[in-house]
Amino acid sequence: MTPKRPRDPYLFLAPTALVLGLFFFWPLALVFKNSFYAWDMLTPPEWVGAANYAQILTSGELWGTLARTLSYSVVVVVASLGLGLGLALALDRPGKLYAFVRGAVFSAYVVSWVAVALLWMWILDADGGLLSTLCRAVGVAPKNWLGDPAIALYTLAAVSVWKITGYSMVIFLAGLQDIPRSLHEAAALDGAGPFSRFLHVTWPMLRPSASFVGTTSLILSFQAFDVVRVMTQGGPVKSTTVFVYAIYEHVFVNLRVGRASAMTVSFFVLLLVLTALQLRLWRLGKTDTRRA
Amino acid sequence: MMKKGRSWIPLAVVALLWVGPYAWMVSTSLRTLPEIVAAPAWPIPNSIQFEAYREVLTTIPVGRYFLNTTVMAVAIALLQILLALPAGYALAKLHFVGKKAAFALVLACLLIPAQVTFVPVFSMLGPLGLVNTFAALILPFGVSALGTFLVRQALLSVPDEMIEAARLDGASELRIVYGLLAPMLRPTLASLFLFSFVFHYNDYFWPLVMTTDDDVRTLPLAVALLREQGTGVRWHIVMAGNVILSLPVLALFAAVQKQILRAVTARAG
Repeated sequence: MTPKRPRDPYLFLAPTALVLGLFFFWPLALVFKNSFYAWDMLTPPEWVGAANYAQILTSGELWGTLARTLSYSVVVVVASLGLGLGLALALDRPGKLYAFVRGAVFSAYVVSWVAVALLWMWILDADGGLLSTLCRAVGVAPKNWLGDPAIALYTLAAVSVWKITGYSMVIFLAGLQDIPRSLHEAAALDGAGPFSRFLHVTWPMLRPSASFVGTTSLILSFQAFDVVRVMTQGGPVKSTTVFVYAIYEHVFVNLRVGRASAMTVSFFVLLLVLTALQLRLWRLGKTDTRRA
Repeated sequence: MMKKGRSWIPLAVVALLWVGPYAWMVSTSLRTLPEIVAAPAWPIPNSIQFEAYREVLTTIPVGRYFLNTTVMAVAIALLQILLALPAGYALAKLHFVGKKAAFALVLACLLIPAQVTFVPVFSMLGPLGLVNTFAALILPFGVSALGTFLVRQALLSVPDEMIEAARLDGASELRIVYGLLAPMLRPTLASLFLFSFVFHYNDYFWPLVMTTDDDVRTLPLAVALLREQGTGVRWHIVMAGNVILSLPVLALFAAVQKQILRAVTARAG
């Protein structure tokens, strides 16, 4: 429609433009600029060219952080996707009891990361934790879940899976509801068993849900911070220092804004790549359903 | 489909995995320190004790933190709705030069998480004296790109004739946005409010980097600090704090489960 006055649309967009400009685009430009300076936030910034990038590349920091972030993300995404799908299939039944359990699984997604992280620190506690006690009860030596550099990252991933599985379950449940019952009935009439019905009817119809959940949880898991900060502070020996925690540590612990900014720029580029992948997957998902 | 006789097994396993930890959290919070030291993993309190809650409530100003957190989260959610309505209206219904570019820029912000922008925002707000203020907690989230997008999508299905008719009746454009269209978008706006409220009530990252002062600090920060106090972690205290932190969100979820689920699946649809 034509606006009443030509300036109306611009007035309506002005507050949004102001906030997005001040808190998204301008800071993004500053991050880029800061990545070429050495700055401790106390003394004036000093131009160092590409030195920050050279440092994170040659010291191995970038690759190490990337590897840790990727390992964490892959575990979180694959496990929460698989579990979420399994739970959606198992719990997609009428009845109050099923509704309660679905709600319980999803509630972990609603509760804060801080609460979940603290709760699991207590469960994993070496002395009195529930899991360690259970391990001892069945005669297995409990591991040092958060203190062993070889497994701490995967412990965090497992806790994250517990928290976000409810999210993928809910998306899959919504996807399941969109499948016309007639498809299942037709397949059953053709003599398809439960497994082949899942393979040929359910799964193709759930592909778009799966690619959506997979890519959103991949991007979210790249932004993991709370669980690291509360449970391990990046340790032991840096084994859980993922991207956002590394950036945070540079700024508030080491006062190295330049390096933090170089890490942030790398992180942002990675997010762009992931999102481009997401868009491609989305398109693939869509054509697939049309074919199916 | 599974046979009826076995179908309770996944139910029981899942319930144990997801309800069990909560149950242990609550039971720990109701025990006393000597009890926990004697038998840490014993799940049932000998007698229900509120000692831990009493200590949390007397050592940290829980009421103050809860109020801070709620005020911040409500303000953010309301501001997002207030600004998303006119922006969404312009993007959905009005012709103007640069519309496509404006929409693309809003969508681009979906890709920029707070963790990318916090350093410049922090160093920008510092000299303005805004670190440690509610402004620093609220304003950066005044616009939700997702919210603007969802409002635009919802407005696309509102017929133009309805807006034309209101104009003929002499309604101003602002009145059309807030008086006519906002009530029509109630379900979308309610979902947006809940989603935003829960996210920011729980947020740990932004309040952590933007505040150092008790006056504006939020509940998740205070509860996380409970673990670091004194020597040896007193888990009954930490779990009591955890219950206090989680209960409002869980109660909200129980009360408006359908709306919250719709907000989550709306992002997928």
